Amino acid sequence: MGTVPSALKHCLSYQHLLKEQLWIAEPPAAAHPAQEPQALGLPEYVKIVEVGPRDGLQNEKVIVPTDIKIELINQLSKTGLPAIEVTSFVSSKWVPQMADHKEVMRGIERHPGVQYPVLTPNLQGFHSAIAAGATEVSVFGAASESFSKMNINCSIEESIEKFEEVTKSARNMNIPVRGYVSCALGCPYEGNVLPDKVAEVSKRLYSMGCYEISLGDTIGVGTPGSMKKMLEAVMKEIPLSALAVHCHDTYGQALANILTAIQMGVAVVDSSVAGLGGCPYAKGATGNVATEDVIYMLNGLGINTGVNLCAVMEAGNFICTALNKKTNSKVAQASFSTGTIN
Amino acid sequence: ATGGYPKRVKVVEVGPRDGLQNEKNVVPTPVKINLINMLSETGLQVIEATSFVSPKWIPQMADHTEVMQGINKFPGISYPVLTPNLKGFQAAVAAGAKEVSIFGAASELFTKKNINCSIEESLERFDEVMKAAREASIPVRGYVSCVLGCPYEGKISAAKVAEVSKKMYSMGCYEISLGDTIGVGTPGSMKEMLAVVMKEVPVGALAVHCHDTYGQALANILVALQMGVSVVDASVAGLGGCPYAQGASGNVATEDLVYMLNGLGIHTGVDLQKLMDTGTFICNALNRKTNSKVSQASCRL
Repeated sequence: MGTVPSALKHCLSYQHLLKEQLWIAEPPAAAHPAQEPQALGLPEYVKIVEVGPRDGLQNEKVIVPTDIKIELINQLSKTGLPAIEVTSFVSSKWVPQMADHKEVMRGIERHPGVQYPVLTPNLQGFHSAIAAGATEVSVFGAASESFSKMNINCSIEESIEKFEEVTKSARNMNIPVRGYVSCALGCPYEGNVLPDKVAEVSKRLYSMGCYEISLGDTIGVGTPGSMKKMLEAVMKEIPLSALAVHCHDTYGQALANILTAIQMGVAVVDSSVAGLGGCPYAKGATGNVATEDVIYMLNGLGINTGVNLCAVMEAGNFICTALNKKTNSKVAQASFSTGTIN
Repeated sequence: ATGGYPKRVKVVEVGPRDGLQNEKNVVPTPVKINLINMLSETGLQVIEATSFVSPKWIPQMADHTEVMQGINKFPGISYPVLTPNLKGFQAAVAAGAKEVSIFGAASELFTKKNINCSIEESLERFDEVMKAAREASIPVRGYVSCVLGCPYEGKISAAKVAEVSKKMYSMGCYEISLGDTIGVGTPGSMKEMLAVVMKEVPVGALAVHCHDTYGQALANILVALQMGVSVVDASVAGLGGCPYAQGASGNVATEDLVYMLNGLGIHTGVDLQKLMDTGTFICNALNRKTNSKVSQASCRL
């Protein structure tokens, strides 16, 4: 479309436009009544659950030193994120990246108003997590028998029994438990996953006491079409306010899927700073959706998240430098290119 | 609220023009011709072939006549070309073009920086093209750039977008493609802009041309579809970076768009596998990685 000077990054108007979108200072007041989220049928507030330090790093090849993990989490704690998944109390044999779970849990700053959940696959992990100071835990179910078998070497039913032990202990100690359902929109082994199966597993986790169910498109194959069908089935069994979506961007569908979920009233979204975490089922492909890109979209919709996008980009820049990799966040890529962020 | 979706969507493939134009490496003519021929086999109905603009400005498009004359023209497929002025239009028709496109903008500063005149002056230039096109029975597609933000002016008012779109539609453009040139738009601004434009131009004559520079393209396209838009521009392999943000991406990838539309049960007529193969071909020729996530992912359902 014609030649353009490359000195555009000094263009004040462009930077100004981006600053409005990036919400550096305050969220821009909705210029138009039509821009109010409620007028669009959307939630006013969306809770972002940051899974970078756990789900993200777990799927990164390079083992990250403990002090870097702690620094990442401390930086994320200052961004306004309400929940940051810290680590996983799983055997280091299975997930070497998470071998330093105790040190990380004990080493991080705990900011008031921020939750720091950890994964606990079984009772042993749960006790270990509590001993290390955890005040919230997560359990991971799946909507696919094959995935359950391949991932944790037991059937869905057997895994539910293990989780019941965890939720029982957790209840006794007033520890909230979040439940995840993997393969909600497709399984690397079984292919199609029935929405009713997702609803069934979700209901089991919710009934045993999980306060929130995060529905995971584990291999990112979902589209707005399958997201809608799945949510319709699950919403028959679980109240909307207890639902979250955990979308992977492996096929570039994450933001469209998240938008669909939000349009249906879901108000909790999982994401990973800098889009950390590839896909273990598709070599070289991406995994988690980038927190920066989600926040950019929510800001543009006038939806409050409480999160400072620039601070998240800085944390993303920190961890990408430490991992010696490029960010998976398009917002971060574009912002650093235009000199809006230095 | 989730609206209904159109049953069919027309995908307008802009890779060979908008895509290649924004790629650093100049692509040899035979490669361009092969790209377009491969795209012609995928089921795409519209493939923007080239631009009849001065090679001084756009070296990548210097071979426009050879490309236009060299490609296989399949019946039922349209091969529009860009024509910035009457001279370009005449060269295009002489080279065999049967459809042309003209480019307006919703930003005065962008128009000034891009083609060194005001919006009003640019529309006067296009008037000449429209007149000649009408006489030759050549359909004209109109593009409006910067509909959701401008690299120079910043925010762009939806009313301005509607005004320019209406003018181009009244001049005789059969379709107006609304371009988020720097990819800053979000579903919020897309919805607001379309609501205003749709008061002036019938939705059946509207298309969206979203850039994925901030990762928002598919979400923006989704909202446009919910509002009744049923024509979407995209670029195979997401060819074409952003001239305003070095290293950042530009056009949305056709593969990723088709994947989403397939998942919504919307008919496009496009064979995704053939499209991916075409993307692989051009990326190899350009010695670059694809920008399409669907292409990158290797697991299949």
